[in-house]
Amino acid sequence: MRRVLYLLPVVVFLVLGGFFWRGLQMDPQLIPSPMIDKPAPAFALPPLKTDKPGLASADLQGKVTLVSFFASWCIPCRAEHPLLMDLAASGKVIVVGVNYKDKPEDGLAWLGKLGDPYTAIGADRDGRVGIDFGVYGVPESYLIDKQGRIRFKQTGPFTPEIISGKLLPLVAELSK
Amino acid sequence: MIPETGHFALILALFVAIVQAVVPLVGAHRGDRAWMDVARPAALAQFLLIGLAFGALTWCYVTSDFSVLNVAQNSHTDKPMLYKVSGVWANHEGSMLLWVLILAIYGVAVSAFGGNLPPALRARALSVQAMISIGFILFILLTSNPFARLDPAPLNGNGLNPLLQDPGLAFHPPFLYLGYVGFSMAFSFAIAALIEGRVDAAWARWVRPWTLAAWVFLTLGIAMGSWWAYYTLGWGGYWYWDPVENASFMPWLVGTALLHSSIVVEKRDTLKAWTILLAIIAFSMSLLGTFLVRSGVLTSVHSFATDPARGVFVLGLLFVCTGGSLVLFAIRAPSLKSGGLFAPISREGSLLLNNVLMSTAAGTVLLGTLYPLIADALNLGKVSVGPPFFNAVFLPLMVPVVVTMAVGPLLSWKRSDLGSALARLKLAFVAAVVVAIGGWLIAGGSAKPLLAAGGFGLAAWLFVGSLLEWGERVRLFRAPLGETLRRAVHLPRSAYGMTLAHAGLAVVIAGLTGSATWTTEKIQVMRPGDTMNVAGYELTLQGTEEVKGPNYTALRATFHTTKNGVFVADLKPEKRQYTMPPRPTTDAAIHTNMIGDLYAVIGEPDGKGGFVTRLYYNTLVPWIFLGAVIMVFGGLVSLTDRRHRVGAPLRKPQTLAAPAAAKA
Repeated sequence: MRRVLYLLPVVVFLVLGGFFWRGLQMDPQLIPSPMIDKPAPAFALPPLKTDKPGLASADLQGKVTLVSFFASWCIPCRAEHPLLMDLAASGKVIVVGVNYKDKPEDGLAWLGKLGDPYTAIGADRDGRVGIDFGVYGVPESYLIDKQGRIRFKQTGPFTPEIISGKLLPLVAELSK
Repeated sequence: MIPETGHFALILALFVAIVQAVVPLVGAHRGDRAWMDVARPAALAQFLLIGLAFGALTWCYVTSDFSVLNVAQNSHTDKPMLYKVSGVWANHEGSMLLWVLILAIYGVAVSAFGGNLPPALRARALSVQAMISIGFILFILLTSNPFARLDPAPLNGNGLNPLLQDPGLAFHPPFLYLGYVGFSMAFSFAIAALIEGRVDAAWARWVRPWTLAAWVFLTLGIAMGSWWAYYTLGWGGYWYWDPVENASFMPWLVGTALLHSSIVVEKRDTLKAWTILLAIIAFSMSLLGTFLVRSGVLTSVHSFATDPARGVFVLGLLFVCTGGSLVLFAIRAPSLKSGGLFAPISREGSLLLNNVLMSTAAGTVLLGTLYPLIADALNLGKVSVGPPFFNAVFLPLMVPVVVTMAVGPLLSWKRSDLGSALARLKLAFVAAVVVAIGGWLIAGGSAKPLLAAGGFGLAAWLFVGSLLEWGERVRLFRAPLGETLRRAVHLPRSAYGMTLAHAGLAVVIAGLTGSATWTTEKIQVMRPGDTMNVAGYELTLQGTEEVKGPNYTALRATFHTTKNGVFVADLKPEKRQYTMPPRPTTDAAIHTNMIGDLYAVIGEPDGKGGFVTRLYYNTLVPWIFLGAVIMVFGGLVSLTDRRHRVGAPLRKPQTLAAPAAAKA
């Protein structure tokens, strides 16, 4: 019995090690979304800012839009933010934001500091809309086509390579 | 030429490490003194060779040799010298080289200061050190060669991530690594002891100072990282429960437990298997941290070099190192003879309780950190674990830890009386109640500040309790002053170390509670001439100017700060735009009065002559860092204790617990 107890650490380690092995096979950046090619879920979120509209599923019709879920408590979002600023400034795609599970004052402060790339921002305080979209962890972005369908999902922060290599070509194709 | 020399030195170091891993181990098995003694010159040679390799890479950075890929990717001629040097370890390849260099430094320290160690133990420990070294040098040579050349060489480099160009962060990785790698000492000694089948007081006395040194470095490294996050991320926050922060915090928790359980082995010759297990886990947690940071299985901004091939390699190392040692543990540990028995209410009992709680805490942090990975592997999906989880699970576990921390040192070994220990803590109890009620009333006296009351009460309990224990030892106010002084002088430094470290933690707890309760934050658009009132201070934005740094341009604002009309300070936060790589950073301006920090950040211009400004008053945050410094100081004081210098007493002729005799 005593012997078995001493084996316990090995067993625990092997289980963890198995998960690490699985983890290496998976790419945390590319989590397949069951939502791909499905219409974006219906939602209507109140505005975060007083001078900018909130966000509802109706706003996503008729144009190619990038919906970016962000939160002030999310450090990778900070890394991604300058890229979104550039992307919005380039005018190639409309960028809208969902402030996910965040206190409005924190979200506002965050945008105040880092700049605000979004044309509209919805406040998703309890994360319900995030769940409907299948948000795994912020930052996460969804590219919506003119018919309001989700065509691409980015889990984790954007990198310049992903933006120029995947996102922009897809935007160009969908904008035709 | 110089990079090739470094590369070649590293390859030679690998061969020396192989010799150091094999020959002394065989020698110890055969009882051949000459073979065992190979370990000492080998450790020295390894240190010199890795030092040469590290020096070569540093040279490439200092002279901006962009024909070296690593330098081209991470450096730039405009970078100040400090960041050219820190650039050596601010990237994956170089940081791994620093890792093996520190490992070699510890190895050479064993061979230099280990003169009075039993030769077989020393030989085996150095052999295990060399095995770790082999793994990591291979890792560098096969997957992350820092000396790879680039042809043609670019005219200039890509520069270093501006967030890392900061004096605090320049020295954060070396301290963190000194801590991580320091646990390899306890690990190597633990494996050596398992091979020998013997753990005794002499062993514990040897392991303890190394663990303590690692703990001191790790505490300092974590505190520096947290301080950096506090003033450069510009949010007034100091801890985000980010996977990489957790990766450094888990070894700290387990290492702290190890530090305490090794006292029990030293003083009471018991809890041996548990201590060995902690030594294995503490180092495994360090390896795990390396794996998490390097492999990219979890997303974090810190994982700046993610490559699946590297991930597989580090995972392999983790399997061999941790898996192998845990199997060895399962085979050998049951036969370790345990010494003194003890009652649940005793010094040992309280140390064990805290040990279990600390390990559980480390386990919950591990679970929280890995949960996204596990959930993903099991297709549970859609989970992100954030600060709410850690606060809800981790903090309650810390409450009993802090409560027992004050009681434990007052209990006697073996068997003790809880009642009399508590009676001696009356004053601490009174202080805790008074401070808790005081904190609660100042915080507003409603339901939410109950947490504040609890935090402050705990801090007071621990602080006063730690001082009371010291008072008890020197018989303060009970014996004549001369007697007290005599006792105070003769009290071992380790006792002072404990009092300081425990009191330091109390200060940290007070700081954490204060900052969670009272932080004031004001965010607004200000134009030059506007004045804001923050926590009793008047901050006037006097103006902004463009400033040019060596490799950035900055917008610098000046806040003229007064309190009740009396000048306090000029706060000058900056918003920097680095040229290479082009990235903005914030440089918060902080004025501290040691009770709170006045913290100012300048943000985007609004295009109409105003600027977004964020002004904070962060109550008691300086105490968090002050407390950490006190803890580090306590560790250093304890490290100078006489018993660490004179070394272990001669070991008792204890019989080897042969595996055959231990079928119980």
